[in-house]
Amino acid sequence: MTDDRNEALAAAVAADPRYVALVTQRARLGWRLSAVIFFAFVGYLLLIAFDKDLLGTPIGGGVTSWGIPIGLGLILLAIALTGAYVAFANRYHDAQMAALLKDHGA
Amino acid sequence: MRARFVALTAASFMLLPASAMASAIEGQTQRQPTNWVAIAMFVAFVGLTLFITKAAAARTRTASDFYTAGGGISGFQNGLAMAGDYMSAASFLGISAQIFNDGYDGLIYSTGFLVGWPILLFLMAERLRNLGRFTFADVASYRFAQPPVRSFAAVSTLLVVSFYLIAQMVGAGQLIKLLFGLPYAVAVVIVGGLMMLYVLFGGMRATTWVQIIKAVLLLGGATFMALMVLAQMGFSLEALFVRAVEVKTQAALAGGATAAEAAERGRSIMAPGNFIKDPVSAISFGLALMLGTAGLPHILMRFFTVPDAKEARKSVLWATGWIGYFYILTFIIGFGAIVLVGTQPTYLDDAGTLRGGGNMAAIHLAHAIGGNAFLGFISAVAFATILAVVAGLTLSAASAVSHDLYATVLKHGNASSADELRVSRLTTLALGALAVLLGLLFEKQNVAFMVSLAFALAASGNFPVLILSLLWSGCTTRGAAWGGTIGLLTAFVLTLLSPAVWTNTFNMGPAIFPYSSAAIFSVPAGFIAIWLISLLDRSPRAAIDKEGYPAQRVRAETGIGAFAASDH
Repeated sequence: MTDDRNEALAAAVAADPRYVALVTQRARLGWRLSAVIFFAFVGYLLLIAFDKDLLGTPIGGGVTSWGIPIGLGLILLAIALTGAYVAFANRYHDAQMAALLKDHGA
Repeated sequence: MRARFVALTAASFMLLPASAMASAIEGQTQRQPTNWVAIAMFVAFVGLTLFITKAAAARTRTASDFYTAGGGISGFQNGLAMAGDYMSAASFLGISAQIFNDGYDGLIYSTGFLVGWPILLFLMAERLRNLGRFTFADVASYRFAQPPVRSFAAVSTLLVVSFYLIAQMVGAGQLIKLLFGLPYAVAVVIVGGLMMLYVLFGGMRATTWVQIIKAVLLLGGATFMALMVLAQMGFSLEALFVRAVEVKTQAALAGGATAAEAAERGRSIMAPGNFIKDPVSAISFGLALMLGTAGLPHILMRFFTVPDAKEARKSVLWATGWIGYFYILTFIIGFGAIVLVGTQPTYLDDAGTLRGGGNMAAIHLAHAIGGNAFLGFISAVAFATILAVVAGLTLSAASAVSHDLYATVLKHGNASSADELRVSRLTTLALGALAVLLGLLFEKQNVAFMVSLAFALAASGNFPVLILSLLWSGCTTRGAAWGGTIGLLTAFVLTLLSPAVWTNTFNMGPAIFPYSSAAIFSVPAGFIAIWLISLLDRSPRAAIDKEGYPAQRVRAETGIGAFAASDH
């Protein structure tokens, strides 16, 4: 495809309200998920900074402390959120975007 | 004192900041008897990777081959390679050693090193792939005047890579002396030489495969260790923790503590310890790790090796999955070492500390689990790990010089692919020689702060420039180039004035900047400087920059006009 055709296509796509809606939707999801992982991690650090004993409290009558599931949970949360975003973006978002580009003759 | 510094350097060599590691790492780096099994396994690894390099060399003909392996790497492969690029020997040996000593604190590091990946994905992954071609500067400078923004990006890349590389080279020399019984200088020359061969002849294709093989070996070895530990505990984490607390309590009792004190000390491994002293340092350090990950040039470069945005996202998912899994394994390995290594007199010296130095916990555990053969395997994997990381770093620095400085700034984009390739290779040679030289020069220095510095620089310079150029239409050339520079300088100066460098490295007395990481100040400094300078920028160029935003945005979101994979 030539640069001119790309430029015309990009301009047409940019003016399409469906494009605007799609892009807004994904951007919103990206920011929300970023906020979740950001505040989860910062919250974890603050918890450690201000209340070390809380994370050291044993679960039930055992030895394992609350800090273990919380720390490992943060690792799993990072993986789960990445998975959720990729599933949304690669399956739903990309399909919608491809259909939209096709309508504009890409 | 000097011996102590060497020990510290060796032990906390790569990813872990000095202040926090100091408590975890004690003891000497004694040269070990020559380990022939380890050497044989390592020679096998080198043979295989050199064979791959030879095959890759035949297919490395253009600049695109050299920088991005032609853009044809799959998301799964790239995810493994990213993990291989990111999981250093320090993550493995350093974090497991820290858990061996203090228990829980090691987990705090692990989470910090992981949480940057989701953010990189959510805010940048597809935009990077859609706008860029070879380096992150392609993205950062997309709608701007090329020379200022490219120059900033190249300087930033060279700084980040240099500090990271020095830490890796010094760490490599110490580690190999430790594991293989080779002299320091020989070890540094071997690492530098092999890394040069991979990058020089095989470019991104060979580097990618070295990183993939290393990731598979490291993940496989660590999985085996964690499984063997768990098998001895009836696959119960609770049982593992119970035993570990017992071992620590017994050790405290043997050390002359009262029963109550000993019980307290045993329990302490299940709770956060000394890692976080004040909230400001904690948040600051967390910010540097989280946002720095999203600004590391050698990681960002890997986004251009996949064919499209879809594969770029998959890469991050695989990378996050593998790295997260690896940190969980490291956690089990650290606790396993408390139980299986900490109780065996053969692994301890007369004072009750680990033979060979504090970093040896995982290595001794390998021996406790699988004897000499597995010890050799894990040692060879640690060596391979360092090679993969330094190859990735060198490749990204070479690209910054040849693609950003030479081809774009100096030749205004008119350099031929062959010329660019030639400059890349010359730069690789120069960097290899420089890395060896710096490795030798810094042998006796405490370089542990250099990796946290690299992360702080990436978080304060590259990250704000990328985010604002991608997401804010008002960002201008001047804002990006100067604001980014201000972010970098703030991080650099504050780190020099911080306790890890001012007090512990330069012995200049109490630190002027009291916190362990600069990021909490330098990241906002970068953002605010870019914003303010852009806002005040009334130059004609600023108008062009702002006008260019809508076109950049469409391409970033849709991939219309993005560089496709080249096939041969």
